[in-house]
Amino acid sequence: MNQFSYVRPASQQAAIDAITRDSSARFIAGGTNLLDLMKNGVLAPEKLVDINRLPLRNITLNNNILHIGALTLNSEVAAHPLIKTHHPLLSQALLAGASQQLRNMATTGGNMMQRTRCSYFYDTTMPCNKRTPGSGCGAIGGVNRMHAIFGASDQCIAVHPSDMCIALVALDATVLVAGPKGNRRIPFGEFHRLPGNTPDQDNNLGKGELITGIEIPHSPFTNHVYYLKVRDRASYAFALVSVAAALDISNNTIRDARLAMGGVAHKPWRLHEAEKTLIGKTPTVENFRIAATVATQSARTYQHNAFKVPMAQNSIVTALQKAAAV
Amino acid sequence: MKKQAVGQSMDRVDGRLKVTGGARYFADHQPEGMLYAALVCSPISSGRITAIDATRALRAPGVADVVSHLNVPPIPGYKVENPNPKQGLKIFYDDRIYSNGQPVAIVVANTLERAVYAATLVKVTYAQEVHQTDMAGSIDKAFQNKNMKDYQRGEADAWKKAPVSLEAEYNIPIEVHNPMELAGIIAHWETPDKLTLYAKTQGVKSVQQSLKTLFQLPESQITVHSQFVGGAFGMALRIWPMEVATIIAARKIRKPIKLVLTRKDMFTLVGYRPAAKQRIGIGATADGKLTGITHEAIANTSPYEDFTEAIVNMSRMMYACPNVNTHYQLVSLNLSTPVWMRGPGEATGAFALESAIDELAHQLHMDPLQLRLINHADTDPEKNLPYSSKYLKEAYEMGAAKIGWQQRSQTPGKLEENGWLVGYGMSSGVFGAGRGRATASATLKADGSLVIRSAAADIGPGTATAMVQIAADATGIDVKKIKFLLGESEYPEAPRQGGSSTVSTVGSAVNDVCRNLQQKLGELATANIPAFKDLKVENIQHEDGQLVAGNTRLDYAAVLQQQQLPELMVTTTSQAGDERKQYAMYSFSVHFTKVHVHPATGVVRIKHIVSVADSGTVVNTKTARSQMIGGVVGGIGMALTEEALIDHRFGRYVNNNYADYHVPVNADTPPTDVLFINKKDPVINPMGAKGMGEIALIGFAAAVSNAVFNATGKRVRDLPITPDKLI
Repeated sequence: MNQFSYVRPASQQAAIDAITRDSSARFIAGGTNLLDLMKNGVLAPEKLVDINRLPLRNITLNNNILHIGALTLNSEVAAHPLIKTHHPLLSQALLAGASQQLRNMATTGGNMMQRTRCSYFYDTTMPCNKRTPGSGCGAIGGVNRMHAIFGASDQCIAVHPSDMCIALVALDATVLVAGPKGNRRIPFGEFHRLPGNTPDQDNNLGKGELITGIEIPHSPFTNHVYYLKVRDRASYAFALVSVAAALDISNNTIRDARLAMGGVAHKPWRLHEAEKTLIGKTPTVENFRIAATVATQSARTYQHNAFKVPMAQNSIVTALQKAAAV
Repeated sequence: MKKQAVGQSMDRVDGRLKVTGGARYFADHQPEGMLYAALVCSPISSGRITAIDATRALRAPGVADVVSHLNVPPIPGYKVENPNPKQGLKIFYDDRIYSNGQPVAIVVANTLERAVYAATLVKVTYAQEVHQTDMAGSIDKAFQNKNMKDYQRGEADAWKKAPVSLEAEYNIPIEVHNPMELAGIIAHWETPDKLTLYAKTQGVKSVQQSLKTLFQLPESQITVHSQFVGGAFGMALRIWPMEVATIIAARKIRKPIKLVLTRKDMFTLVGYRPAAKQRIGIGATADGKLTGITHEAIANTSPYEDFTEAIVNMSRMMYACPNVNTHYQLVSLNLSTPVWMRGPGEATGAFALESAIDELAHQLHMDPLQLRLINHADTDPEKNLPYSSKYLKEAYEMGAAKIGWQQRSQTPGKLEENGWLVGYGMSSGVFGAGRGRATASATLKADGSLVIRSAAADIGPGTATAMVQIAADATGIDVKKIKFLLGESEYPEAPRQGGSSTVSTVGSAVNDVCRNLQQKLGELATANIPAFKDLKVENIQHEDGQLVAGNTRLDYAAVLQQQQLPELMVTTTSQAGDERKQYAMYSFSVHFTKVHVHPATGVVRIKHIVSVADSGTVVNTKTARSQMIGGVVGGIGMALTEEALIDHRFGRYVNNNYADYHVPVNADTPPTDVLFINKKDPVINPMGAKGMGEIALIGFAAAVSNAVFNATGKRVRDLPITPDKLI
């Protein structure tokens, strides 16, 4: 690890100023990912701006809009009565991620900012366009069992690792951002990026911008929700595939549906087309299978990850069955 | 009479130290003036070092030195002529790179952080050559060295003529030990020819022996401390190049140096279970009598050492089969040398054999338990000897009853619980019950306490606790007054802790030294104490830590007190005799599992495990149960989760961390019932205890894959059984 300076500003403005002045500076909150990246030499910031003193640790409900401060811990969000009551899908997704020890350190904003777990990104002796643009993609032609089946490019096939974000994209959350040019709101689905020709950019945050929180609109998805995570061991493993499924069912008819997947793309992968096939239908396995087929139409696989397509289809059906309790 | 200590569920004597942080592991030591080391390791897998530029590293704050083959002082042992070209990796010997991750330099600084940072500043240039890390690409270069002998009993490949037969290939990937405690060493040259080490080792004496040759020092000049080891599973059975590198650097710099490996380095520097490709041909009559077994195996080794283990041996002796032939070969890959990993080769072989037995049972439409019973070996078919003890049939029966084997469906895929397919599987395990040679000293103090010393190790099973129990029964002294000290090279000789033989070997020495202590006390009493004067030593009884002659009883302590002796010390060496030529000695295990397989996602969850050990007398039921569970957890990893992945283009591991290399977690570990036969082996040693460490794991993976087949009808022959293989 390189030597670096460390500051702990007391205000949001001071934090933004501190990071804007220094091109290699990074915000640090829980540090559950950043410290690993620094130890591995993947990142070598010359300055860390510790934001833990900022007043961004809260969960409130106003006018049916739920607000989660960026520094609220993953474990706090997962266990909070407002979350469990209004957005149980988010609670389920959080509890499927990492371990309790990590969730006790990891923050809401930090979770959104975590980098891919692609082995080639972590090993500085390997090619990786995300870490070192232009060096090539190690995973293409390499060990790519964990890699993307949707939206990848010939520059990068890494996947986004979060569980929390899969629920948030399904719930149409909004990311609240403060920056040198003021505050702005980013729809969750537009926060993370596909790799394209710039895989080094994970998201659309501008220079000096700080995530201050997220908002989740009122949703009808309080009963029929399920977060299914398929992984190589029962806990503390990243998803092979995961599915966030939420249904609004009345009179045996699906009024509204949300589907998103993790472990399959460079960003939380919302399945809008599959959702559309469900609306107005009865919650049956046959209809879920149609949705699953539509969901995976654009899949493209690599040497070791072809299993993800049938696994994704089966997982969508299973998650919808669990959500609908059929 | 006191209650017998052996067989009790006694708490670990060092349990409190371990859970309160009082136990000092190698890295907890801090000799004065100690510096910290970090390794610079090769990112290429074959080739030569063309240059090392340490200028920037040497200028970095706190850096003491950067040692490599370019500036290493002469190592006396490197000059010894050895006709065998495969003499291991001589660290910093020349510019040759054999495998990715090979250390090319060691950076020493006054803090760990500075050493780690400076290591990133060392610029090494290489001339890369073609490497091979994929066994599949090297199978045509498989070889046998002169120690690898083919085995044949009866006719070779007789299975091919059998009425019912099958041939199948089974593959296991490289598995890495990955104990919680990282490997490393603290090396301290107190004078230019006096070396003190704080090591993580399964044998302090073996470390001493290895270094004696390398540095050409008398044994007395090398002291090795290793009282606590945080898990090893075989990786600390030998000294590794990284330890030698640290010792070399400490000698050059003349300061104590500590090296603790990174988790990443645990994949490349301290051995692993080699990858193995196995082929079994097996045949039987229509009523299930085995007529032939052929077992062939190819496993990987490094370019500079041949590592062999007993992969095919179980097939020779497990079943009463008239025709058996085995063939075992190695493939050299550009990887570091493998080493025994719990169960070692027997666990690799048992996966193949016990899967094949299950496959054959399916073809025969027979319960696999029934097939095993039909072919039970009543005497050892390989050695043609009677068993010293064998209660395998009882073990099958106990395990089957406990798991509810009668609920198993002979037809796969028939049972379901809450949307999950249900399967039952079983397997057997076997491992030679060894007894080596060990020496122990017993020191009786005038206060009646007893201290026993032997240079044994405790990598987790609870060695000292078992030894205290054995000594308590041998002397009649209360367990609370007995201490067993281990892990110091100055103590009497004991072998490495490996191959499930510590209780048998060191326990026998403890038993025997206690007997000799009693003899000595008898001699003292008959020579000097009036009440015993007219007696012969052999007529004196020993009971509850007292000498007894008729109505006269005298505490051992009183003998010393009356003679004004502060202490009495006896040293005894103990080893097996001719009985090992007259009997076949084995421990046996039986594993039963009940699994759930999710039909849509391919996820496997083990719901219940029953493991039965036929390991003779169980010295401590509590630590033995823990040991069995530990082995079973290792087996869960082998069956379902563990696989070290290499990108063969680079020859480099890609999942070399705890997040991506999946050691089972608690959530993978269901309730495990451990049952013991707990019947004394009448031959092997005074306690009648056979080994347990290895059989806990041997066969387990097959019990899982057989259960998965029973649940799904899908036979997975390539471990681990990850969800993608069942989709």
